[in-house]
Amino acid sequence: MSLLASSADTRATGLIELPARTARPRRRGSGLALRIAGPVVLVLGWLWASASGTLSPALLSSPGQVLDALRELWSSGQLGDALSVSLTRAGLGLALGATAGLVLGVLTGFSRLGEELLDSSVQLLRTIPFLSLVPLFMVWFGIGETARVVLIAVATSFPMYVSSSGGVRNTDRKLVEAVRSFGMGRLALVREVVLPGALPALLSGLRLSMTLSVIALIAAEEINSTAGIGYLMATAQEYSRTDILTVCILIYALIGLAADGTVRLLERLLMPWRTQGVRR
Amino acid sequence: MSGTPATATRSQPAGQDVAPGPATAVRLRGLRRTFGTRHVLDGVDLDIARGEFVALLGASGTGKTTLLRILGALDGHDAGTVLVPKARTVVFQEPRLIPSKRVLANVTVALPRGARTRETGLRALREVGLESHAKAWPATLSGGEAQRVALARALVREPELLLLDEPFAALDALTRLRMQDLVGELCRVHRPAVLLVTHDVDEAVRLADRVAVLRDGRLVTDEQITIDRPRDTADPRFAALRTRLLTDLGVHPVSPKELPA
Ligand SMILES: Nc1ncnc2c1ncn2[C@@H]1O[C@H](COP(=O)(O)OP(=O)(O)OP(=O)(O)O)[C@@H](O)[C@H]1O
Ligand SMILES: [Mg+2]
Repeated sequence: MSLLASSADTRATGLIELPARTARPRRRGSGLALRIAGPVVLVLGWLWASASGTLSPALLSSPGQVLDALRELWSSGQLGDALSVSLTRAGLGLALGATAGLVLGVLTGFSRLGEELLDSSVQLLRTIPFLSLVPLFMVWFGIGETARVVLIAVATSFPMYVSSSGGVRNTDRKLVEAVRSFGMGRLALVREVVLPGALPALLSGLRLSMTLSVIALIAAEEINSTAGIGYLMATAQEYSRTDILTVCILIYALIGLAADGTVRLLERLLMPWRTQGVRR
Repeated sequence: MSGTPATATRSQPAGQDVAPGPATAVRLRGLRRTFGTRHVLDGVDLDIARGEFVALLGASGTGKTTLLRILGALDGHDAGTVLVPKARTVVFQEPRLIPSKRVLANVTVALPRGARTRETGLRALREVGLESHAKAWPATLSGGEAQRVALARALVREPELLLLDEPFAALDALTRLRMQDLVGELCRVHRPAVLLVTHDVDEAVRLADRVAVLRDGRLVTDEQITIDRPRDTADPRFAALRTRLLTDLGVHPVSPKELPA
């Protein structure tokens, strides 16, 4: 192209040439491959450490032993049962806690009265470490399922509360003013403008709540439980079965990973307007 | 892209495609930008000389903002050559002030801190007549005032190329006239090359040295305005140029035979 100014010209005139957009058709798998690379390296390191004897089996079983333990637990049905019990506890607690946090958060974020009434009390309760509530809950609810679910619900409600009240409070006031002038009622306003606007905050709150739900699950399953992953771990600990302990830890990790993936998916599904960024 | 796309009535200095000289501020050749499968800009050729004020007209959705964003390096192009000076600033349709910074801090944003920056910031505010608002929060400004702050923010950087994307569109008619005068005057003082994107034919003719019309992805008109300043809408040459530009924009279907094919 004769029209292109050579770089010498460019320098002489003090102009710079802007580069054209380079079409970068990222291969579909490459993002996924990069994500998987980290865990794969970790497992390979573990394999090598076990095989070379650096890692004594008394401290941590080798990947092969862990796999055997997994197969054994799975075929005996122990793992399936434990998993379903634990997931039910965590899911139920999370659903209750996140909903409570969301409702309270929207109330305090959206209405002045709500904030004045609720915020200081919730902030006060929030500073109590939820683990310290375990003995009290056992007195109140006995040692049954209720105490466990309530503990998880309490633990998960606070991050959701903080994120949602902050997100709702940061709604674009001009937008609220504009739709109000079209005669939108308060409830519709919350549903159609405020909540979608606060979604990024809500989802990051959900992310934190999900992490806490697993932590609270572990705490809850220490309460004299007779089923669940925590129970499995307690038994394994008695017999020093590091392979089973490792299986349980890996399962906790996988639950966390699945939770994170769920939120990612929700972000994509619930906020389609964010992916097609129009910056103006 | 092959060869030189012929462009209507180019009125660029003497030669057709001489290499850019020290007097060139912007050079576009065969510029193309594609969204999906649609070529929004398709073969735009444009030269702007240093200190020259060019107005770009075009119907809604013809790609004026896209062109301006490419010149500001806010968006990329798909094909063609884009030569621009290093110091470029943009005034957008909305003020885009940072709500958490006071007016003066907004003007001097991203400049090195210090007494000298403060002084140049205040001078720029004085030029737009807002020195007394230096400590105000952006939310307390009126629309026109906020836009003037945005103008001061663009000018304080001594740009070689000033990009204006319908900066007066959201203002009332009176303020708009005042702002046009202000911009005209400030550009005469600071002499940046200016590209003003606008819908308003009168505004373009009042302010610019040259006016271009964008249609179907390319510049269909690009001509020097020879009317003496100050330009008066009552001037018959003003009216004639306005009619011609409106026709190019597809607005004045006077008689069927004058309609573009
Ligand atoms: N990010 C984007 N994705 C897809 N299409 C886009 C995008 N940005 C702009 N377009 C399309 O490109 C075309 C030109 O847009 P542009 O904003 O440049 O128009 P414009 O001439 O500035 O219009 P107006 O005068 O209304 O501001 C429009 O039809 C628009 O739909
Ligand atoms: Mg535009």
